[in-house]
Amino acid sequence: MSQRQVLQGVMSLLRPLLLDVVPTIQQTAALALGRLASYNEDLAEAVVKGDILPQLIYSLAEQNRFYKKAAAFVLRAVAKHSPALAHAVVDCGALDALVISLEEFDPDVKEAAAWALGYIARHNANLSQEVVDAGAVPLLVLCIQEPEVALKRIAASALSDIAKHSPELAQTVVDTGAIAHLAQMILNPDAKLKRQVFSALSQISKHSVDLAEMVVEAEIFPAVLACLRDPDEYVRKNVTTLMREITKHTPELSQMIVNTGGVAAVIDYLGDSHGNVRLPGIMMLGYVAAHSENLAMAVIVSKGVPQLAICLSEEPEEHIKAATAWAFGQIGRHTPEHARAVATANVLPSLLALYMDTDSSEDLQVKVGS
Amino acid sequence: MASLVRLQNEIERIKEEYFTRNRIAEENRQRENEAAILIQSWFRGCQVRSYLSHLHRKATIIQKIWRGFTARAHFRQMVKAAYFIMKMNFYHEMSVRIQQRWRGYCVRKYSHNYYARKRYMEGLARKNKQIRRDLEEFSEFQRRERERMAMEREEQEKNVQAQRMHFLLSTKQCPGVFNSPFRPGPDEMELRLRRTKPLPPRNIPRDRASLLGNTSPSSPSFPGVPRAFGAKPLPPIPSKKPQGPFRGPAEVWAQRQRGLEPSLRVQTSISDLEQAQDQLRSGEWRNHTMETMFQPFSKAHQNRSYERMLHTSSSFQPVPYGTKHFREEHQENLQGKQKTASVRVPHE
Repeated sequence: MSQRQVLQGVMSLLRPLLLDVVPTIQQTAALALGRLASYNEDLAEAVVKGDILPQLIYSLAEQNRFYKKAAAFVLRAVAKHSPALAHAVVDCGALDALVISLEEFDPDVKEAAAWALGYIARHNANLSQEVVDAGAVPLLVLCIQEPEVALKRIAASALSDIAKHSPELAQTVVDTGAIAHLAQMILNPDAKLKRQVFSALSQISKHSVDLAEMVVEAEIFPAVLACLRDPDEYVRKNVTTLMREITKHTPELSQMIVNTGGVAAVIDYLGDSHGNVRLPGIMMLGYVAAHSENLAMAVIVSKGVPQLAICLSEEPEEHIKAATAWAFGQIGRHTPEHARAVATANVLPSLLALYMDTDSSEDLQVKVGS
Repeated sequence: MASLVRLQNEIERIKEEYFTRNRIAEENRQRENEAAILIQSWFRGCQVRSYLSHLHRKATIIQKIWRGFTARAHFRQMVKAAYFIMKMNFYHEMSVRIQQRWRGYCVRKYSHNYYARKRYMEGLARKNKQIRRDLEEFSEFQRRERERMAMEREEQEKNVQAQRMHFLLSTKQCPGVFNSPFRPGPDEMELRLRRTKPLPPRNIPRDRASLLGNTSPSSPSFPGVPRAFGAKPLPPIPSKKPQGPFRGPAEVWAQRQRGLEPSLRVQTSISDLEQAQDQLRSGEWRNHTMETMFQPFSKAHQNRSYERMLHTSSSFQPVPYGTKHFREEHQENLQGKQKTASVRVPHE
């Protein structure tokens, strides 16, 4: 039997089990469907084509919490593969049912529903807009305030996925007062929660100056700098991403971050980390130095240039070298003093070598040439 | 006539000479002509040359004078221009100096304070150093916390293990597993076994009678609950309520543990009477207003001298000197007022 026939057979076996009298069988069938759908995109498509989703959504409103959890799991598993599948899930009317289950008491149900909404909203701006139109954002903000850490995590990641697409969506998220709650969770000991919180804050602040200012007004600095020493690598990376998104807008924001000692903390972070996670730190230094020559001098005074030189020599990846070259350009372009500081770090020979190297990419050469 | 004859003699000679001379002249005509032409041309040439040279000299003089004139005019022009340029350069120099000073002043006053910037950079460097130090301390602290927690957890686990394997403790007769006689000293597990208290034996069948006394199973002194050393108290097991109209365990406990209710005679203390008298006395002392005791038939009150009031005895009184007067100061208030009749008191 071919793959497709096998799939159809499986769906036709599981569908009647969803309507079984015994609730445990229903729940287990839904769980099985969810696991199948999350494994493979074809299976997810088969779930959609087999008209199972309307049945699931209808019973999402009525059944007990274990069933709700399993049904939300199925929806999430289907929606995560591609925007088309997520659209199919939304077209069946899943959003209303998921938003209703966000108002439930049981934290597991809320977690599953929030996870499904997050996966739906992840793909593109239209889907995010539909999730927002269904009224999910205030409920997600309420979920963030719940005591269970897993629920907080998922709600934060869902808000991050919603806010990342466009400024209007980020504004909607901010209007429900999410920033204050996210800011409160910065010093939570759980590492995965911190990852999501910082990712959410950086997605919010990247769109416009007003949003970045609102994030900064939540008084996250200098507490955020303490999280730069977190043992978890991705927490540190998300913190530097947040700082990069804030500094790239205006000189005043960069000035504020420099005054709290953020530049020194980021430079130490660059020293401690290796690989791809250095990229947001390098870009943050470039953005800070680009605004004005005061800030560029501040970067130089904080001993940024030797650290960037080390990054340039250590990292094998092309795009990181390109970013480092760009950052050097931003630091050195203001006055001869700055250029002298860059030159005394013995960076120019290596930059020249990169420029001459025929293997290095176009992008790298353009960045070095500037 | 003689001259005529002489002349006629001479005619032949003259004719011959004439012809000879003409022949000679004819022969030399060309040559002489050319020579004459040459001489004339040379002479003419001399003339013309001298004329030309004269002209040249004069023209030279004129040109020389003219050139001198124009050159001097030009020179004057050049001098004027050079002077002008010198002046302008000087002005430029001076204006550059003025602008330098002015720009420096402007920039220093309004836009760029060099010392403030320097101070800022130094302050920034200090702040960076402090932040780095703080972050180092913080991460150190975190690391130590984590290590401490890990160590504590390990300790707990080992203690739990020791409690459960307490039977492996070595006795006087038989050395335990961890206390092999070939070792120089006992193993750390052996020492741990010696330190920990063994788990008391668990009594598994729990009857209803003991349930009623099981109001606070989390109290550590309760003997019925066997717990591992260091483990947190377990939550109360939600037992099924026994069927029937039984009171709850709290009520029954309250009933069985009813306290002492002594009678009034037993309650009163032995010194109750004295205490009551003391109370009365102190109440009277507190509330009385007269300080002198009532002493009938005694003459003690007669011997007392009069104590003046402080108010009248001290000299520190407001003296209305200068404020109050006996006679009215303002005469207009006295207009139309009769003099008071002085009262004469007759002397006795």
